[in-house]
Amino acid sequence: MASLWEYANPLKFMRLTDRVLPWVSVGAAACLAVGLIWGFFFTPDDFRQGSTVKIIYIHVPAALMAINAWFMMLVASLIWLIRRHHVSALAAKAAAPVGVVMTLIALITGAIWGQPMWGTWWEFDPRLTSFLVLFLFYLGYMALWSAIEDADTAADLTAVLCMVGSVFAVLSRYAVNFWNQGLHQGASLSLDKEENVADVFYQPLLVSIAGFVLLFLALVLLRTRTEIRLRRASALMAREKLQ
Amino acid sequence: MKSLFFRDLKLAIRAGGGFGLGLAFFLILVVLVPFGVGPQSELLSRIAPGILWVGALLACLLSLDRMFALDHEDGSLDLLATSALPMEGACAAKALAHWVTTGLPLTLAAPVLAILLNMPPDGFLWIFISLAVGTPAMSVIGGFGAALTVGIKRGGLLLSLLVLPLYVPTLIFGAEVARRGAEGLQTTTPLLMLAGITLAVSAVLPFVSAMVLKVNLR
Repeated sequence: MASLWEYANPLKFMRLTDRVLPWVSVGAAACLAVGLIWGFFFTPDDFRQGSTVKIIYIHVPAALMAINAWFMMLVASLIWLIRRHHVSALAAKAAAPVGVVMTLIALITGAIWGQPMWGTWWEFDPRLTSFLVLFLFYLGYMALWSAIEDADTAADLTAVLCMVGSVFAVLSRYAVNFWNQGLHQGASLSLDKEENVADVFYQPLLVSIAGFVLLFLALVLLRTRTEIRLRRASALMAREKLQ
Repeated sequence: MKSLFFRDLKLAIRAGGGFGLGLAFFLILVVLVPFGVGPQSELLSRIAPGILWVGALLACLLSLDRMFALDHEDGSLDLLATSALPMEGACAAKALAHWVTTGLPLTLAAPVLAILLNMPPDGFLWIFISLAVGTPAMSVIGGFGAALTVGIKRGGLLLSLLVLPLYVPTLIFGAEVARRGAEGLQTTTPLLMLAGITLAVSAVLPFVSAMVLKVNLR
């Protein structure tokens, strides 16, 4: 078994992802298709929420990935700061736009669901507010990447921002609890509970979560490959200029 | 470290801009809000703590980009980096100087402006205490943001985008202390949280800012 660090070599990373990416993409498409079609057409309406309950198949996986994308960026940033693997820095850069879209999907689907159910599009509820703050963090992170010209400086600075931002994001999460406990229901899924949401909704939800995870993986791999190619192209251009 | 602190103070006071600007902005904001929301004194007294806190935060933000950018332009930041003083010390001294020139005047002015917003008299002490405890955190966090954006031309807007989400916990706890104080409720818990944030960021962030500055000066 080769060490994981081997794939810090861009060439090996490209070769591996070239083989893996089609499988991941097909898996994402299959899981999303099965999960969403099953969820939308073959589950009963909830007796109180009616058909709006079905937004759960997009909302919950997107919210889950929005947080995990930031977590993945944190790990990748740490690897970059400690071991200076360029692929890791580029993966963090590649994950940010995907993460921000997931955050936006979670916020928008939540608003669409909240309007008929809570009677409001937006409420300064702890969970909602902390997602808004997370969204701002993503924007700042991406803006910092694009503002700095030197690639290594940008990678260093954004990695530090990601770490400091994580601490403050967690802090904000607990700070907003001060206002009230909020409208948002508790976790829909957790490993230590006997019963989560009802089984009819639970199984397609798991499939669409798997679909979102694979989709995230596929997009990040694709974007990382693009970043590596961009880096190569700019290196080639710099060399041509020298000659 | 002391001489750097006094140098920054003198520069802020004599070179114009930094010192009075934040205070003037704070005054203008507080005067403008009643024009915006209407003169009902009940409404004003209810939102006064929040307005004062948001105003203080924005006024702090206004002068942040001067913290390192001017020194970076004329090269004194490079001199600081090569001097015997560790970069961490320089960051702490600069954040302290920023607090003395913006946070402290804002804190002193806030109770006076609170009268303008018809805040209940019990609240004067609490808005003073909460700002006195909370504004140092804003200077230190802002110092981190300023260090991040020091190499970027016209980084002011980016700086606000980076720093604003970092200000969220401070703002929530600070405004909560002021609000509870004005309504005569218990303020201990949010005040302790606010003090905790200030102490923690003052202990940790100067090191992070110094690390970031070293990357930027590379």
